[in-house]
Amino acid sequence: MSEATPRTMKILIRVLFIVPLLIFAGTLGYLYFGLDPQRDPRAVPSALLDKPAPDFELPAVPGLQTPGLSRGDLEGGGPVLLNVFASWCVPCRAEHPLLSELVESRGVTLYGIDYKDKAEDAVAWLEELGNPYAAIGHDDSGRAGIEWGITGVPETFVIDGDGTIRYRHAGPLTRQLIEEELLPVLEQLR
Amino acid sequence: MIPEIGHFALILALVVALIQGSLPMLGAARGKRGWMRVAEPAALLQLLLVLIAFLALMQAYIVSDFTVWNVVENSHSAKPLLYKISGVWGNHEGSMLLWVLILTLYGAAVALFGGNLPERLRARVLGVQAWISTGFIAFCLFTSNPFARVTPPPLDGNDLNPLLQDPGLAFHPPLLYLGYVGLSMAFSFAVAALIEGRVDAAWGRWVRPWTLLAWCFLTGGIALGSWWAYYELGWGGWWFWDPVENVSLMPWLLGTALLHSAVVVEKREALKAWTILLAILAFGFSLLGTFIVRSGLLSSVHAFASDPTRGVFILILLGLAVGGALLLFAVRAPKLQAQGLFAPISREAGLLLNNLLLGTAAATVFVGTLYPLLLEAMGGGKVSVGPPYFNLTFVPLFLPLVLAMGAGPLLNWKRADLAGVLGRLKLALIAAIAVGLGAWILSDGGPVMACLAFGLAAWLLLATLIELAERISLFRAPLTESLRRAGRLPRAHYGMSLAHAGLAIAIFGITASSAWKQEEVRLMRPGETLTLAGYAYRFEGVERLQGPNYRSDMASFTVTRDGDYVATLTPEKRLYPVQNAPTTEAAIHTTGLADLYAVIGDPQDPQDRAGAWTVRLYHEPLVPWMWAGALIMILGGLVSLSDRRLRVGMPARRRKSLPAGAAEA
Amino acid sequence: MRLAAALALLLLAGLSAWGPALAVEPEEMLDDPELEARARDISKDVRCVVCQNESIDSSNAGIARDLRILIRERLQTGDSDREVFDFLTARYGDFVLLKPPVRPATYLLWFGPAAVLILGGLGLAVFLLRRRRPAAQSGVPELTPEERGRLAKLLKERRE
Repeated sequence: MSEATPRTMKILIRVLFIVPLLIFAGTLGYLYFGLDPQRDPRAVPSALLDKPAPDFELPAVPGLQTPGLSRGDLEGGGPVLLNVFASWCVPCRAEHPLLSELVESRGVTLYGIDYKDKAEDAVAWLEELGNPYAAIGHDDSGRAGIEWGITGVPETFVIDGDGTIRYRHAGPLTRQLIEEELLPVLEQLR
Repeated sequence: MIPEIGHFALILALVVALIQGSLPMLGAARGKRGWMRVAEPAALLQLLLVLIAFLALMQAYIVSDFTVWNVVENSHSAKPLLYKISGVWGNHEGSMLLWVLILTLYGAAVALFGGNLPERLRARVLGVQAWISTGFIAFCLFTSNPFARVTPPPLDGNDLNPLLQDPGLAFHPPLLYLGYVGLSMAFSFAVAALIEGRVDAAWGRWVRPWTLLAWCFLTGGIALGSWWAYYELGWGGWWFWDPVENVSLMPWLLGTALLHSAVVVEKREALKAWTILLAILAFGFSLLGTFIVRSGLLSSVHAFASDPTRGVFILILLGLAVGGALLLFAVRAPKLQAQGLFAPISREAGLLLNNLLLGTAAATVFVGTLYPLLLEAMGGGKVSVGPPYFNLTFVPLFLPLVLAMGAGPLLNWKRADLAGVLGRLKLALIAAIAVGLGAWILSDGGPVMACLAFGLAAWLLLATLIELAERISLFRAPLTESLRRAGRLPRAHYGMSLAHAGLAIAIFGITASSAWKQEEVRLMRPGETLTLAGYAYRFEGVERLQGPNYRSDMASFTVTRDGDYVATLTPEKRLYPVQNAPTTEAAIHTTGLADLYAVIGDPQDPQDRAGAWTVRLYHEPLVPWMWAGALIMILGGLVSLSDRRLRVGMPARRRKSLPAGAAEA
Repeated sequence: MRLAAALALLLLAGLSAWGPALAVEPEEMLDDPELEARARDISKDVRCVVCQNESIDSSNAGIARDLRILIRERLQTGDSDREVFDFLTARYGDFVLLKPPVRPATYLLWFGPAAVLILGGLGLAVFLLRRRRPAAQSGVPELTPEERGRLAKLLKERRE
């Protein structure tokens, strides 16, 4: 410890007593950040963003004419949409017409993964609501879901021509989300 | 009508709090006694009004008044009376009202028992208390009104979550709040002292019983919550490092540090600024906990998404209370003059080491709990901080703390002889090493950390006993002399010994159940027997029972050891139809040295109830010691509290013989 | 999620679906006790991504069960613990680890407590040494040998 003059020592002590206030102010600041109503504390970031789509190969849903889905189907064309859904998932029903509309009016290619679903339920569900999917993989065990790092259904991904994941949304799509996020991403990749 | 009376009483309480927060403060500043004297009746009136509000809400619950939205959401006519009552605080609005009730209870206690406080200090303490209650009553009224009506009223309510319909959890929140809010007393004393610009031995003596009282409640609340998790969640765990638990641990750690540093203020008039800071922070962490739990910051978005004003409101309260106090601290505290001088090896220094370690432990929990949020705020992505982190950082901090705890009470004030103290503790040292080695051998080289912790717990327990024995010259003086000395030893000293010994016993339990718990998860058919840790569990089958508001599958196990009957365990799996929520009721038989813990799961084939069931059996060594240790710690706190020197309502005659400024002379 | 939900429910009136159906089920478990023990240890450090601060070992969520089975399968095919963790973080990111990796962004988390302890310890040492000095300067006269002797005697009497 160097010999400090009483004066500098006094100033030093003064400063020391302000430190708790400063730390507290900083804490308060980021606690305020935490209150941002847009922030969802449960949201899980995707580790797969800007990475190649994972390898997977899924059979068709038994009883459905739509073919099965594998990694190779996603590549080659323009950007495609991959939607993970299930007939037991209530929000999926809500986003379904939006997906159909995307396919019909915007000409988007849509693939589906039917996640941990009974085949007959899925068939009935698609018969009732319509089937906008170009291909649907039946993920009975949920293993493909893990490959995609999903945390629940529905989830939607955008994959570019090289098979790289460019966008991911966990939870149901909304019209606002489609307009503000999804379509611009698709536009950019075209 | 009655809910409106409650609502109105709460509004009046806000007005009273505003008056109590302004007039006495001004009076104290200007030396007007009449204004200062407003504080006591105002504090009592405030309690009365909040109590009316609280009873009005309770009445709505008891008679199942489904015109009140809060009752609809959280109660049901078929619920047992106990849970109708505990339902009052089983939800956000009601628990906030309980929070305020306890706050005003403490305020009224100062008004009633604070007769020995200097007039100015008392007025200011009550004034600061009123500021806090102003904030929280306003919070209740403007964002969380429990008296809101609903039209048309539904036929029945949504019921209280069945996990909360449990005696342990019915009393957990009141205890925890008595602890959390009790720390507001230390805070108010600290702020009042900063306003006065004076901290002396008398201040330390006044602030300590309140802190001690809060500490006892907080210890009880945490232990009760832990015990509830242990028997209700059905997997034998009792601490999960969940944010909700962590926010109760932080004020406990700082409150414990505060208890110890306040001793130094009282006895030696040193560490004044530090003690003030601890008092501010201990209550600050209580408020932080309230904020975190109620804003949904770390867990669910629900409460918050439904009403974003709540989180902001509490954050503003937190900012005003703690920010204001710390600002005052930055301005005033450097002027506080320390009196007592002491050597680097002394009781004071030992207590400082205690503070350093407890403070670091609190900081560790703080960083671990809020780091995910911090990183997210900085754009660093999302991480999870779970039990492995705390086991690696928090637990090692406790080892040196326990080591120091053993020797600390033997150190003399001002200047101590560490070598001499260790010499007197030779026996404890040898025994500790023996216990640690013994545990290592018996557990077949079990976790080194656990053996170390065992040794340290033995060290603490023996060192505490040796210190006590030395105080009363046990075995060195004739027994009658020892008894005479034992009678003269202050109760506060027994309290300290009890609390330290209680912690040692709890550490045995914590360590053993963490390191040497055994578990079996099996499918069992009726008639089958499974052996775990020397006990044979025979599965007798499952029967269906009907409870008042649930139905239950109750399994039966006959436990024997070497053929001798030990116990019958009847774990249940219940379904509460109103909320369609299942609960598990673990069956626990304690031998004193271990808990035999059984849980029943689902049948393998739902159609075949006579077939195989999923069964979970746990052998939990020394878990009962944990609860016993916690009880002994609380007992220590209470014994210490009964010491006449610390008695809350210290008799006025003592004040005459020991005026406030006497210790400064 | 069970505990968090229960406690959160206790303290704020939120509603979320959970049930205390319990964690690892017998049919998931491996016959090889060594592999099973490794699987349990790994599971305890893997966060159930849809739960709140709960490991997949103690969670009853569907995805937690899938992950438990997946971990066991990978162990059976000869994966090391490291490889299993790498597999999971490649898909779910660091978020899935209950023990965050040590990297620059977590230095504060991992070394913060040690820094507090060391800085606090240094501050304490400086404070203690400074507290002592004025005592030496305060001019309190040293005890004479006779006084020392008397003091020792008094202390001895007191201890007895």
